[in-house]
Amino acid sequence: MEANQAQAGYLAGKISLQASAAHLSMQKIRERIIEFAMFLCALSSIAITVGIVGILLTESWSFFKSVSIVDFLTDTQWTVLFENPHYGIMPLVAGTVVTSSVALLLALPVGTTIAIYLSEYANSRVKEVLKPILELLSAVPTVVFGYFALLFVTPILQKLLPELPGFNMLSAGVVIGIMIIPYVSSLSEDAMRAVPVTIREGSYAMGATRLQTALRVLFPSAFSGIASAYVLAFSRAVGETMVVAIAAGQQPNLTLNPMEGAATITAYIVQVSLGDLPHGSIAYQSIFAAGLTLMAMTLVFNIAGYLLRKRYREIY
Amino acid sequence: MTAAEKNNHRRKRLDSLFGILGLLATCVGLITLAALIVQLAADGAGRLTATFFTSFPSRFAGQAGILSAWVGTCLIMFVTALAAVPMGVAAGAYLEEYAPKNWLTGLIEINIANLAGVPSIVYGLMALGLFVYQLGLGQSILTAGLTLALLILPIVIVATRESIRAVPAGMREAALALGATKWQTTRDHVLPYSMGGILTGIIIALSRAIGETAPLITIGALTFIAFLPDAPVKPEFPFISFDWLMSPFTVMPIQMFNWVSRPQQEFHLNAAATGLVLMVMTLVMNGIAIYFRYRFRKRIKW
Repeated sequence: MEANQAQAGYLAGKISLQASAAHLSMQKIRERIIEFAMFLCALSSIAITVGIVGILLTESWSFFKSVSIVDFLTDTQWTVLFENPHYGIMPLVAGTVVTSSVALLLALPVGTTIAIYLSEYANSRVKEVLKPILELLSAVPTVVFGYFALLFVTPILQKLLPELPGFNMLSAGVVIGIMIIPYVSSLSEDAMRAVPVTIREGSYAMGATRLQTALRVLFPSAFSGIASAYVLAFSRAVGETMVVAIAAGQQPNLTLNPMEGAATITAYIVQVSLGDLPHGSIAYQSIFAAGLTLMAMTLVFNIAGYLLRKRYREIY
Repeated sequence: MTAAEKNNHRRKRLDSLFGILGLLATCVGLITLAALIVQLAADGAGRLTATFFTSFPSRFAGQAGILSAWVGTCLIMFVTALAAVPMGVAAGAYLEEYAPKNWLTGLIEINIANLAGVPSIVYGLMALGLFVYQLGLGQSILTAGLTLALLILPIVIVATRESIRAVPAGMREAALALGATKWQTTRDHVLPYSMGGILTGIIIALSRAIGETAPLITIGALTFIAFLPDAPVKPEFPFISFDWLMSPFTVMPIQMFNWVSRPQQEFHLNAAATGLVLMVMTLVMNGIAIYFRYRFRKRIKW
């Protein structure tokens, strides 16, 4: 009798052990499945890049089957939608270069000055308030900035420069410049704050003023981070679309004069997309070739930034 | 006065001068922001009536409204959030909690950093080639939502990673010591503790998506839509319909772009009113995000 009970108890124990072993291995499988699913999510970012590069390359490949790449780079006219089409990307590149140069000429000095001011001059209370408010500038929808450029900034500029046309690259560039100030100021300030406090104190102990510390000690020490901020600002300026589409006009124009109106690469893509182009037509493919040019421009700058950072990197 | 004293004097003066310059530079940003809001309010406030929100666009500026635009914006944001949030949080959690240190993880990290610099219009081109034509999703709300989801995915991933990194290792070790599995630790301890930062990141990402115009124009958003997408809830069986996902769409920034591109002044007023609505939405969302960040930073003391 007792032996039987012991036997039964033993059996029950064995069964529950087996059950919990099964439970454990089920749990292990579940853990594996979850981990794999999360891995796939992380991989999605690579898929985005592959998708972007793949689509741009394949559609541009079809484009370059009908347009020679030499014409694309050397022709001085971009008249894809005309009866006698020319496919020279240079006018669009010129527009992009002019608007983003104006923007960067404004944003880099002003943004860096703000960064130095916030990190060295402003007390922490003021900084806590100013930084988020400045960052709102980059949160404003770009189409609103376009409105602002066309209907507020251009009329003001026209009072100063009476011969300025209604659509011009100057006003678009100025507004883009203000828009990207927070990218420069916030990221540069972060980089300068990350410089070890002993280095800063060493400079002050030698009798340097705040300005001297900022320019001669912090700026070189934080250069790696500041360069990343500059590269990001450049990418934003080159890729900005709505401000130029609204305020700079949509006429391709091979000029380096910011007082004129001209289409940029992005403005052209918008202009074509607004019309109803048949899929597979050469005009349809041309926006991918334009997009590829845009990507190439940002890529060159990113690589230049990477090399600069590597050259001047300070490791503590 | 000795030369050294003179030099000292000069350095100090330059130092204070730069302080003033810094304040001026900061004011450039602040004044622009203020001018922007004042200009929009002055032009657009008069058009902000109830009928503006309940009317379709029209050839007559005075009768035009943003009904189809705000409905489109809401539906697209819903799709975007549904796609980007789970994917971004899972990816961020994987990279912080699970990922082994190998070349693939390194590649994913570099790639996410680089995606931040890709112009948004390029995402639009990718979506045009991939979603609209190769996958055959058409110029629909679904395509638009997925496009914006891809655009904000890096923001969500980075925010998730940053706030997970702030959770002390002791929290994980305590859970693991009690026999929790890795997933149980992540789900029940790490993610709840980092929810504040993740939520902040999600709100900021969505506020960016709301204002995006260029990628949606590229995938073929229409600028004039005088009907609403199919209703998602039906009175008859099966009560829920997904036809709206395939509907053509417009959104508020595109409606605004359309109006500002017209030469007539009256349409500019409509554009200003739409811009004002957009600005209020963006500012409110960013305000909530700043408040969250502030509150969670204050409340949690490890």
